[in-house]
Parts: sequence; structure tokens; C-alpha cells
Amino acid sequence: MSLDDVLGLFNYWMVIVLMMTGLYIVVSRGNLVKKIVGLNIFQTSVFLLYISMGKVSGGTAPILTGKPEVYSNPLPHVLILTAIVVGVATTALGLALVVRIKNAYGSIEEDEIQTMDLVAESEAETTGHRR
Amino acid sequence: MIAYHLPILQIVVPLIAAPLSAFCRRAGMAWYLALIICAASFAISVALLVRVLDEGHISYLLGNWAAPWGIEYRIDAVNAFVLLIISGMGTMVLPYARVSIADEIEPHNQALFYTCYLLCFAGLLGMVITGDAFNAFVFMEISSLATYVLVALGAKRDRRALSAAFTYLVMGTIGATFFVIGIGLVYMVTGTLNMADLAARLQGLEQNRTALVAFAFIVTGIGLKLALFPMHLWLPNAYAFAPSAVTVFIAATATKAAVYLMLRFLFTVFGTDYNVLGLTLTYMFTPLALAAMFAASTVAIFQFEIKRMLAYSSVAQLGYTVLGISFASVTGLTATMIHLFNHALMKGALFMAVGAIVLRHGAATIDSVRGLGRTMPWTMAAFVAGGLSLIGVPLTVGFISKWYLVAASLESGRWPIAVLIVLSSLIGVIYIWRVIEAAYLEKPPEGRTAREAPLSMLIPTWGLVGANIYFGIDAELTSRVAGAAARLLLWVAP
Amino acid sequence: MSDAGLLTLSLLIPLAGALLIGLTGRHPNLRESVTLATAVLLFATVVALLMRLNAGALPAVVLHEVMPGLSLALAVEPLGMMFGLIASGLWIVNSIYSIGYMRGNKEQHQTRFYICFAIAILAAVGVAFAANMFTLFIFYEVLTVSTYPLVIHKETPEAKASGRTYLGLLLGTSIGLQMVAIIWTWVATGTLDFTKGGILDGKIAAGVAPFLLALYMFGIGKAALMPFHRWLPAAMVAPTPVSALLHAVAVVKAGVFTVMKVAVYIFGVDFLARTGAATWLMWVAAFTLLTASLVALGKDNLKARLAYSTVSQLSYVTLGAALATSMGVIGGSMQIAMHAMGKITLFFCAGAIYTATHKTEISDMDGLGRAMPFTYGAFLIGALSIIGLPPMGGSWSKWYLILAAADTGHLIMIGVLMVSSLLNVAYLLPVVGRGFFAGSDAAPAHGAVPAAGAQVTTGSRLRRIKEAPLFCVIPPCLTAAGCVVLFFYADRLYRLLEPIAKP
Repeated sequence: MSLDDVLGLFNYWMVIVLMMTGLYIVVSRGNLVKKIVGLNIFQTSVFLLYISMGKVSGGTAPILTGKPEVYSNPLPHVLILTAIVVGVATTALGLALVVRIKNAYGSIEEDEIQTMDLVAESEAETTGHRR
Repeated sequence: MIAYHLPILQIVVPLIAAPLSAFCRRAGMAWYLALIICAASFAISVALLVRVLDEGHISYLLGNWAAPWGIEYRIDAVNAFVLLIISGMGTMVLPYARVSIADEIEPHNQALFYTCYLLCFAGLLGMVITGDAFNAFVFMEISSLATYVLVALGAKRDRRALSAAFTYLVMGTIGATFFVIGIGLVYMVTGTLNMADLAARLQGLEQNRTALVAFAFIVTGIGLKLALFPMHLWLPNAYAFAPSAVTVFIAATATKAAVYLMLRFLFTVFGTDYNVLGLTLTYMFTPLALAAMFAASTVAIFQFEIKRMLAYSSVAQLGYTVLGISFASVTGLTATMIHLFNHALMKGALFMAVGAIVLRHGAATIDSVRGLGRTMPWTMAAFVAGGLSLIGVPLTVGFISKWYLVAASLESGRWPIAVLIVLSSLIGVIYIWRVIEAAYLEKPPEGRTAREAPLSMLIPTWGLVGANIYFGIDAELTSRVAGAAARLLLWVAP
Repeated sequence: MSDAGLLTLSLLIPLAGALLIGLTGRHPNLRESVTLATAVLLFATVVALLMRLNAGALPAVVLHEVMPGLSLALAVEPLGMMFGLIASGLWIVNSIYSIGYMRGNKEQHQTRFYICFAIAILAAVGVAFAANMFTLFIFYEVLTVSTYPLVIHKETPEAKASGRTYLGLLLGTSIGLQMVAIIWTWVATGTLDFTKGGILDGKIAAGVAPFLLALYMFGIGKAALMPFHRWLPAAMVAPTPVSALLHAVAVVKAGVFTVMKVAVYIFGVDFLARTGAATWLMWVAAFTLLTASLVALGKDNLKARLAYSTVSQLSYVTLGAALATSMGVIGGSMQIAMHAMGKITLFFCAGAIYTATHKTEISDMDGLGRAMPFTYGAFLIGALSIIGLPPMGGSWSKWYLILAAADTGHLIMIGVLMVSSLLNVAYLLPVVGRGFFAGSDAAPAHGAVPAAGAQVTTGSRLRRIKEAPLFCVIPPCLTAAGCVVLFFYADRLYRLLEPIAKP
């Protein structure tokens, strides 16, 4: 692997770093808000991936000016606009759920919520069997 | 004119109706709107299926942009069949939903419920109908986002719905993002997003590393969405705590659409010549499917809540579906396609019966069904019929599925798998029987009021039970369509 | 009426019967009349079919095509004809008996009982007339499911546990093994029709034939081949009419009948004989035959003893199939009829004793024979038929089986059959012996206070006769007579069955 591979593909390396960072946060953090943050970072890496692949070095925006020019591939950019919207919606929904969870459980720590759920479950079972 | 635009109407009608229903003041109005829209959608998908069976595939160009550049809706026997399943189940659930939703969701949210329902409905249909890979992602997210909301609406009955929805959101988003990464990578290699075009351009790229990585991302991403074992952890709680009507709907449709996408990408886009495909099927899908069939069924035995028990059973049933895929033969894919349909029918009937129990007793647990054989005879009879179908007793759809699946495994010479298939269905006998015994052989607890579920719930439930039996006795139609779909997927001339 | 119509009618009659029984559930007399009328009508239909068959017709009908190439179809052939006749004929007798028994013991849920019974008979007739393995399998499963409510009839924890064993084993083997075998056959041959000479010849390798046969034989759990026999003793918690008709005749015979069908029409006797695929089955059958008899010896509960006797006797049929000669097939098939008649008699008697005295253990039954001479007389005749002594029908089937064993050179099987007959004597005759000779006359029959037990005069002895209700006594006498009749008319049965054994 030459230096070119590292520096020339710098943006792709960053995509991988961000992707792994985001995924790691989602898996390792118990705080629900942090999970959402991780999810966001993860999604952002994909945006960068798409934007990078559409870029042609020296190209401009694809506007017809009459002169033949080098321009970037607009399609991935347009696609990623959609993906960004999806990402925003997901984040909004996720945060809304966190608010509701906070109201219902009084906590946004995953392990605490799980403990409460387990307790509720075993209680339902024992009262059920006792009856 | 309208006939020509049917493919787009299939999507646009519910998509437009969704925000409209948000403006409805009363839940009743939103319900009427949703019912009419879903029924219209169902009619459209029937028309599409008839046309496809008649004249082969339909290609519809959005805005008349020519195929590989613009978005193409491409309908053949495979997705016409899945469209029919989704729109059919979507329509069946609505009459059932009215009472159940009124009971399980806060009044001010009820109209919005139908908005989300229609969005989810449109998203699932779009995911299936489109011939464009990125478009599939967008629709997948539309349906998923709506589904998260629908699941979370169960919070009035049980707050665990919220955490279930959150987990589902995180897992679902990761899955969808994996999928979209995969699409980006194939786009890098081929420069196209049209599935048919992708299939042509991926020819001869077996060794291309980017395409390989794309394959891995796409399979894993969709695998998460279809709850491929062991990526199923989001499913049991989401099914268990969602409002009953939602459980019926997503159990019967959401994973089906994901399975469809999986089939599309594995066989149409990457194709049987793709050598990694064979390896994936043999070394990944077969063991995972078998593990799902056994592990999930075994876990189901120990569940206290019946909804969750059935949810685990769904994971096991998805194992059958994936197993059919792993044979990569006409019989195997026929088994998968027919099981998509049959499983929607049986799980639909079962979850509907359970929903009726939830309505009357607040919960459906092994404890609360005691003695229901006497107090809710029709509901329990529907449960028994659905259960028998799930086990695969002859004259029910479950038997037809199992028949094709076992035939496929024997045909491929892997007879131990045939034995495993039937063994795992015997585990099904155990968990279904637990409920039946509690319902019929135990006395109801003191002071329980005996009330049968309302007719508006019983009729759809029994409609599905009837379908379970009808398509179990007369499987000619379903097996013909499923067979045609399987041959299309494998590029085999009919 | 057309042949096809008649054949369809044989399924419609019990179905209509079941519905009518449900509708008339509130009026016991009407309900029982419906049961009886249905039974008589069904028997008449089957006899009409027999006449068509004897006239050379082969009635057949395709009811419905389920999947391309797979249909629900009925067809009459001699073996099925015989089974159909037994099941429908004995249903009449059994219905009479049920009335006496169920009322005599004041059983609950009688309407459910009669409905399930009618459906079970429907399934048995469906098994008998099935034209292909697929149809047979479906009715086989209907039979399993419809008899489950009968097994758990008493709804006690014990009945529920037995019901679990019953359903678990029967469903487990049929779905787990038999269905695989059927689909394997389908994949290999593309058909499941019962065809003379079999359909597997040349379609599967001789080396795998024993495995396929094993899937079938153990998959047919109703044939009670060890180690899948546990369900049969478990089913004995059911009311005795159920044990009598279903677990001595319809259900178990459906099992061994399927064994015969598979051997004759799926594998083909020639194919089995040529490849030796059934040799192992012969040994398993012989093992079951002897072991079950030995177990029966140790049982004190009368019904349990009879149940193990059934397990043993069923293996005669399997043995006949496994010998893979025409004699073996005829002997085995005859055993279906002969054992049915004998065993139903024994169960009727056991039920009559229970109804009259509420006794279930053999050790408690000392001297009962003197109080219940008709019941015990019938029991003796039935027992002799099971043992295989002339002039009882049972002797013929044993005779042909021994001939078949000699034919094929399996002399050791002759020994097995003889030892088994001796064991039969050892576990059946003591019941009669104790009934007539053991105990003092003082032993009260039915809670009757022995007023002057020491000096018994002939008159008081007559007075002490305390039989079960008439409805419970006449049926065993009828079937006992049937055992004798079958001895003298065995040639008719032979001629009916002859075509299936001749290529």
C-alpha cells in the first residue's frame, strides 16, 4: 500500500473511520441519545461515500452553459439529498421516542430500562401462575 | 388510460391519502378513508397480477424517462404476487382494526394512526413494485419509519412498546444503511441503479472486489430487515407490544417485503451465475435458517405472552422461507414464494385471534386464555385452526408450504434437512398445544365475564381462517403463481 | 346411483351424521337414533359398494385436485373394501353398546362424544377407500385429531397426560416420518396412486429401499410398532366404547391397513421380496409381537392388558406384510378382520364388567364370571379367536401366516408365532378362569350383600346373576358369534382378498 493509497483515497478512509465510529457508538453506549448520535454519524459516513463517488476532480456543477466542461456526476448527490431527509426523519423520530421513554420510564439508560422490563415481565408471570 | 397507469396508482393513491387522513378530525373518517384506499389498492394489485399472468412483465416509466436513467416500475409474477399479499392483508386488517385500535390507542392519536398505517402500506408496496434499487431504499425507509411509530403506539397498553420501537428503530436504520451502502457500491461499479440493468452489467464481475463487498452489505442489510436469525432480536418485542392490529399487519407484510427484496437482489440482480451466491446460500443461509427453525421455536415454547410466542414462531417461519431460498431450485423458491403467502394467512389469523383476546382481557398470556374455549368459542376455534395450519396439518396452507419445502430438500438430495424441517414443525405442536390445552381443558378463573369478541373482529379473523383452509385444499392457483415466480427468479423458461 | 356417487356418499353420510348429532344434542334419544341410523345407512352404502365390486366394477372418484398432480381421490379395492366393511359394520354394534355404556356410567359431554365418533368413522372410511397415499395421509391425520377429544373425554389430569402422549406420538410420527416418506416417494416417482405391483420398482435404488420403508413403517404410528406403541396403552383412559371400536378396530386397523397398502401398492410385494428391503421389518415385528405379549402378562388392569395384546396382534399384520409373499399378505389382511372381531368382543366385555361392577383390575374380578355368564362367555370366545383356536376366525389368519413363513423359509417365524399363541393363552385365559372358578361364591358381585353366602342354592345363584345393562351385553354376544361365523365363511374373505395378492 503506497502513500497514494492513503492520501489519494483520504475521503474513503474517513468514510470507513466514521462508519465504524458510528456503529461502535450505537453498540457500546447505553444512553439512548448517544445511540442516536452514533446512528447519525454512521449515516453521515454513507452520505460522504456517495458524494465522494460522484465527484470528478476538476468538475463543476452540471449546468448547461454551452461550453463543453467537465462536471461531476449529479446523481449520487441527488440521491443523498433524499437520504439526508430520511436521516433527519429517523433522528427526529428517534429523539421523540427517547422523550416518550423518559416520560414512561424516568430513565434513558438502556440497562435500567431493561431491568425494569424484566421485573415487569417476571411479575406478570408469577401473579399469573399464582392465580 | 387508467389501466396503463395502474402501477403508479398502486403507490400514489395510498401515499396521497396518508396526509389527507391526518386532516380527518374523527378517527372514524380516517378509518373510512383508509379502508377505501386499501380496498382500491387491493383491486389494483389484483388487476396487475391478472395482467402479469396474461402478458408477462409490465414496465412503467416514471415521468416517461427512459429505463436505465429514469425510475422504472417493473412488475412480473414475483412482485405482483407479493403486492397482492401486502395489499390483501392491509385491507383485511382494517375492518378488524377499528374496534381494536379504538381500545388500544389514545383517542387523539387514532386518526394519526391511520396516517401512519397508510404510509407504511404505501412504503411496503413501493418497496416491492419498484425496479430501481435506490427507490427501493427510499420506500423501505418510508415504511420502516411508519412502522416504528405504529409499534410505539402500543404504549398506552404497555410502555414496553416504546423501548421495543426504539430498538427496532436502531436495528432497522442500521439494516437500511447497510443496504444503501451496498447500493452505493454497486453503483460505483456499474453506474446504474435499475435492477434489470444492474443484472446485465454485473455479468462477468464475479471477481470484482467492490461488487463482492456490495453483495455482502446488501445481503446483511436486508437480512436485518427480514429478521434473519440471529439478526432477529428486534422482532419479538416489536410484535409483542405493538397494538394488535399493527402486529397482524406487520407480521403478515413487513418481513414479506424484505424477503422479496432479498430474492430480487440475490437472483435477479446478482444472479445464479454469481459464484458467491452459491457459497452464501449453502454456508450461510442453510445453517442460519435451520438455526432459526430450531432456536426460535424452542424459545417460543417458554414464552408466557402469546403474542411474543407467536413472534418467535414468526422468526422460525422466516427460517423456512430462507431455507427455501437456500436451495436455489425451482421447487425451493416455489416453497419460499408460497410460504410468503401462506404464512401471511396463518400468522394473520393467529394474531387476529390473539388481538381479540387482548381486547376482552387486556392481555393474552397462557394464564389469561384459561377456559376461553368456553367463553370465547369462536375466537379460540380460529386460533386452533390457525395453529393447525402453522403446524402443517393437511388441508391447511401450512401443509402445502411444508410439502414444497420437504420436496425441495429431497430433490436436492439433502434429506437430513427434510427430517429437520418436519422435526422443527413438531416443536410447533408443543407451543400451540400449550395454548389449546389452557383454553379448552382448564376452567376459567372465577369472576371472569364471558364475552365473545365483536363481529367486526371475528369476521376478518374467520375470513383468514377460511382462506387458510381454502388455499390448503385448492392450492392450484397459489402454486401456479409461486411456481411462475420461482422460474422467473431463476431465469428458467416456463 | 353411480359408482362415484355411492363412493362419495360413504363419506357424506357420516359427515351429515356428525352435523345432525350436533343439532339434536339436546335430545339424547333423538341423538342416539341419528347415530344408529347413520351407522346403518353407512353400512348399507358400503355393502352396496361391495356388491358393485363383486360384480366386477371398480368404483373410483376424484374429489378435488389440491396441487397439480395431487388429488383427493377415492377408489375401491378389495383390501380397502374389507376394512370399510369392518369399520362401518362394527360401528352399528358399537353404537348400541355406546348407548348402554355412556348412559350406564353417566358420562359427561355425550354429544361431543358422538360427534367425534362419527368424524372418526368418516376418517376410517376415507382411509379405507383412499385412492392414493396423499388422500390416505389426510384421512389418517383427521382420524388422529378427531379421536383426541375422545381420549381426553374424562378431562382428568391423567386423561390429559395420556392425550398428550397420544397426540404427540401419532402426530409426531406421521408428520415427522411418514410425511417425509410420502414426499420422498412423490419426488422419486411423481405419483402417489396406489397401483397394483407398486410404484417404486425401478424408481429408487434397492439400497435405500429399506430406509424409505423404515420411514413409512415407523411413520405409521397407528400400527404401534415398537418403540412407537406407547400411545395405545395411553389411549385406554378413554371410555370403553372408544377403546373398543377405535383402539381395537378403526384407529389401529387404519394403521396396519396403511402398512399393508404401502407394502402392496407402493412398494409392491415383488419389489420387497426381490430386494429384501423388509427383512429387518420382519424382525422388528417379531420383537414387538413377543415383547408386547410379555408386557401384557404383567398387566393387572384389564384394559391395559388388552391394549398390549393389541400391540402384539397388530404386529401379526406387519409381519404378514414383511414376509412379502402372497400368503403373507392374505394372512396379514385376514388378521385385520379376525382380530377386529375378537378384540372388540374383549373390550365390550371389559366395558360391561366395568359398567356392572366398576372394576378394572383383573385381580378384583374373581368369581365375576358366575355373576355375568353371558359377558364371560363372550369373552372366552373372543379370547379363543385371538389365540387362534378353531372354530374361531382367528385361526385362519394364523394359519396363513404360518404357511407364509414356511413358504419363505423363515422357520424361526413359525416358532415366534407359536410362542406368541402360547403367551396369548397365558394372558387371556386366566381372566376367564378366575371369573368362573376362582374366589368363593361369597364374593359379592356388585356390592350386593351376601345374605346367605355359605349355602348357595341353584335358585339364589341364578338370582345373583347381575349382568350389565342389556345394551352392553348384546353387542359382545353378537361379535362373539361373529368370531365363529368368520371361521366358517373365511373362504369368502379369502376370495375377496385373493386379487390383491395375485400379480
